[in-house]
Amino acid sequence: MIHEETAKLLTWLIPLPPVLAFALILLFTNRNKWLSHTLAIGAALLSWLTSMLVTVFFAFRIEHFGDHPIEDSINWLPLGDSWFRVGVLIDPLSALVLFFVAWTVLAIFVYSVGYHNYGQPEGDHDHKGLPPHGATVEEHGHKHVVPSVEPMYARFFAFIGLFAFGMFTLVVSDNLLTLFVGWEIMGLCSYLLIGFWYAKPSARDAAVKAFMTTRVGDVFMLLGIAYLYSVTSTLSFRTIFTESVLHTLATVPSGFLGFSAAGLIGLLLFIGTVGKSAQFPLHVWLPDAMEGPTPVSAMIHAATMVSAGVYAVIRMFPLISLDEKTMTIVAFIGAFTAIFAATIAVAQNDIKRVLAYSTISQLGFMIAALGIHAYIAAVFHLITHAFFKALLFLGSGSVIHGMEHGVLHTGNHNVDPQDMFNMGGLKNKMPITFWTFLIGGFALSGFPLVTAGFWSKDEIFADAFGNGHWTVFITLAVAAFLTAFYTMRQITLTFLGEPRTKEAEHAQETPWTMTLPLVILSIFAIGYGWVGIPEHFPVLGGLVPNWLHEFVGGTLVEHPEVVEFSWTPLLTSFVVALGGLALGYFMYRDVNLPAEDKLQIGFLKNKYYFDEIYDTIFVKPAFWFAEKFVYQFLDKGVIDGILHLFGPATNEIGAGIRNYFDLPIINRFIGDGSADATYWFGGKLRAIQTGRIQQYLMLTLIIFIAIGIVLYFFKLA
Amino acid sequence: MTGEKITFLVVAVLTLVFALRVVTTGNLVHAALWLVATLSGIAVVFALLQANFLAVVQVVVYIGAIAILFIFAVMLTRKEMRDRGPQLNQNWWFGALLAVMTFGGLFALLQGWNGLSNTPAAIPSGFDAVSVLGNALVSPDAYVLPFEVASVLLVAALVGAVYVAFNQK
Amino acid sequence: MVPLSWYLIFSAALFSIGLFGVLSRRNAVAILLGIELMLNSVNVNLAAFWRYGDVMDIAGQVFAIIVFAVAAAEVSVGLALVISVYRRRNTVIADDLNMLKW
Repeated sequence: MIHEETAKLLTWLIPLPPVLAFALILLFTNRNKWLSHTLAIGAALLSWLTSMLVTVFFAFRIEHFGDHPIEDSINWLPLGDSWFRVGVLIDPLSALVLFFVAWTVLAIFVYSVGYHNYGQPEGDHDHKGLPPHGATVEEHGHKHVVPSVEPMYARFFAFIGLFAFGMFTLVVSDNLLTLFVGWEIMGLCSYLLIGFWYAKPSARDAAVKAFMTTRVGDVFMLLGIAYLYSVTSTLSFRTIFTESVLHTLATVPSGFLGFSAAGLIGLLLFIGTVGKSAQFPLHVWLPDAMEGPTPVSAMIHAATMVSAGVYAVIRMFPLISLDEKTMTIVAFIGAFTAIFAATIAVAQNDIKRVLAYSTISQLGFMIAALGIHAYIAAVFHLITHAFFKALLFLGSGSVIHGMEHGVLHTGNHNVDPQDMFNMGGLKNKMPITFWTFLIGGFALSGFPLVTAGFWSKDEIFADAFGNGHWTVFITLAVAAFLTAFYTMRQITLTFLGEPRTKEAEHAQETPWTMTLPLVILSIFAIGYGWVGIPEHFPVLGGLVPNWLHEFVGGTLVEHPEVVEFSWTPLLTSFVVALGGLALGYFMYRDVNLPAEDKLQIGFLKNKYYFDEIYDTIFVKPAFWFAEKFVYQFLDKGVIDGILHLFGPATNEIGAGIRNYFDLPIINRFIGDGSADATYWFGGKLRAIQTGRIQQYLMLTLIIFIAIGIVLYFFKLA
Repeated sequence: MTGEKITFLVVAVLTLVFALRVVTTGNLVHAALWLVATLSGIAVVFALLQANFLAVVQVVVYIGAIAILFIFAVMLTRKEMRDRGPQLNQNWWFGALLAVMTFGGLFALLQGWNGLSNTPAAIPSGFDAVSVLGNALVSPDAYVLPFEVASVLLVAALVGAVYVAFNQK
Repeated sequence: MVPLSWYLIFSAALFSIGLFGVLSRRNAVAILLGIELMLNSVNVNLAAFWRYGDVMDIAGQVFAIIVFAVAAAEVSVGLALVISVYRRRNTVIADDLNMLKW
């Protein structure tokens, strides 16, 4: 157990190592692969270490941690008389989130070393910006093509370092502003990493799509933050979640459709989460984001970034829960997304797409849970999902790697290593991957008792049932059934049966840098559930105290109540999980071709044509607007037109000045005029010079006399 | 009206008349001769002023040299033995006007001066103007320098005149 | 006793007559005649002032002597010029000697 002061200091330091790694890699070690990954993994280790010290060795050991969390802040922005303070806050919620973020980040960093084929030779014709294509090596007499190392190796680690910084910042921050900063940094890194292989047009488009879609959500979130600030003049969590401020927010009407200020703020912030966590209708970016390398998918789109969206809603729960209308919207969107995404997932052939839709669906579960005030269930599911989804994604990456090995072996590049229908029988070829994937898949399905997913999903069901939210309960139950179904479908098609292609036959297990993280994550996927066993659970309940409930409950001012135990939700969990798994297995045992797959329904496969709808409604008009209106009309027509006025206008003015002023007045009148006047005057004056001496004399005399008269009359002579 | 005054008046008027004839005669030789007359009159005036030396010098230099020179010049510059045509130029009236104005001006200038009616002081006895003049002309304390310069001037004039009028063949 | 003013008027008149001659005569020699008259009037003036001032101060007469010398020099040079001009231009009419005209 460490001291509180140490914990405070360490909390400030948690986000630092990854960003330093980012800077150092970009500036100095870009060419050296070993140095880059060592810096990055070292940074991840440091952050992991400090996070463990703060959470395991401090936060988790304190009684009633929620009453006195770690908080520290500094004056940052001067605002007239007062200051805007920013700082760190580790309360039970952020402690738990920090725990899983640290583990998954570390696991993914280590995994990336193997994923990008460190130690392998450089490819034959690998370009930066394209995935590596393989290198030919001479090995005892004949040529092999082996996987080649990623050309932009160091850049990857720099980017995920920056990403880790963003996530850690978001988790430890004590106010909405720095949370938003972390949020946006992760949005940027998401763009950079999805479009990592930038020479692929599909990757570029996916990166832009992800950024744009989440941006839509972020705009609303920023509006929410601004509105919150304008009502309460604070963004700090501890200040907002006090009685008086919450009361103000609940009672001040926002003027928008009868929402109170709290309701509107909650709604706006929630829209940010809808974007970031890929809920309906802003879910369209997540499946396309699978263009990025698998560690990216694992980290960003399973464990951390999308979880950040849910974390934000959980964090603002005391605020959002003030207005029932907002909560209803939240629950609705969550539940709808859960089932909607699950239906799409059953028709996908790409191993990563299934997981992408699965992520969307599971996030829907969490959001729905929050919508029905099931705070602890949502937190629980967030944590367990992070572990098993990261596990599943890393596992899929391992599978793809193995398949690519086979592709390089056969040399047939037309075979898609990610298509499940090209796999099969990988159980024997890649055992570690298989078993860990199985564990993850069962956790996702909610396999009873031994997997973490079961406990967290059951908690949600219990909450929904116990509080009478029937629609949500039934929707989520159906979604859970589908989850188990498509998960088993995925496992069956990928690992079980016989290899369907030559490439699958030549698949190989992946190196330890990839399988070790899988093993570690699977341990969490199994064991984490047991920290949250409800006390009223038959037989097992009470054996281990429901530590999670106690701990997380302390985040809120009022501890949430424990739901009454009821057999219905428990049985429902059993049935949907086991039933879905069984159905999936039996249906897909013998399926070898997509044609045999009964669920390859058009509108499911094509994601209900949402991409096409959005394209027509939003994208094409935007392009039209940009091209026709802004470019042609405004820019070329109006602005250039004005500018083109300046040139000729200036010319006209210049010509006018020249012709009406310069030439006639200055040249002719003044210039020539003075010359002519002098000439004329001289001509006239010339007449005096007659050359006749007597006239000269006379002139002299006249003047002399004149002077004399003048002087005489002035009495001077 | 004393004898002096009368004498002076007669001489002055005569001289003026002669001067007028000088400037109005058509015949140049006559003009030169009238000039001689005028110069003589002036010599008499000098004598009246008891500037004896000046009177004599006037006769010798002016009449004896300069007037003769004039006659020579007139004779050397005639196309015919007799001048024809008017002797006064186009603007003679303006010249007359100016002359009158000059005289008027000089006359007016004299008006304010109170020394006009001075009477000459008596010449002290034994005063020999000529010797005093002679001394003054050569005395280093007096006017030797102008005297010498005048000599130089005369030499220059002499040489110049000869050179200018030299008839080179 | 003749008042000084009479001499002065006399010399003024003579001067004016000489001036008239200078300004109005056509012939160049006649102009020189007029100049002689003017110089003489000056001499008369100087002598008159000598006599009617301090007789011991002989400056008046000295000045007159110098004027004589100057007049002589001037008339000789002047006439030499006239003669020279006559030889070139065959005229002594002042108005015709206008080569310095513009």
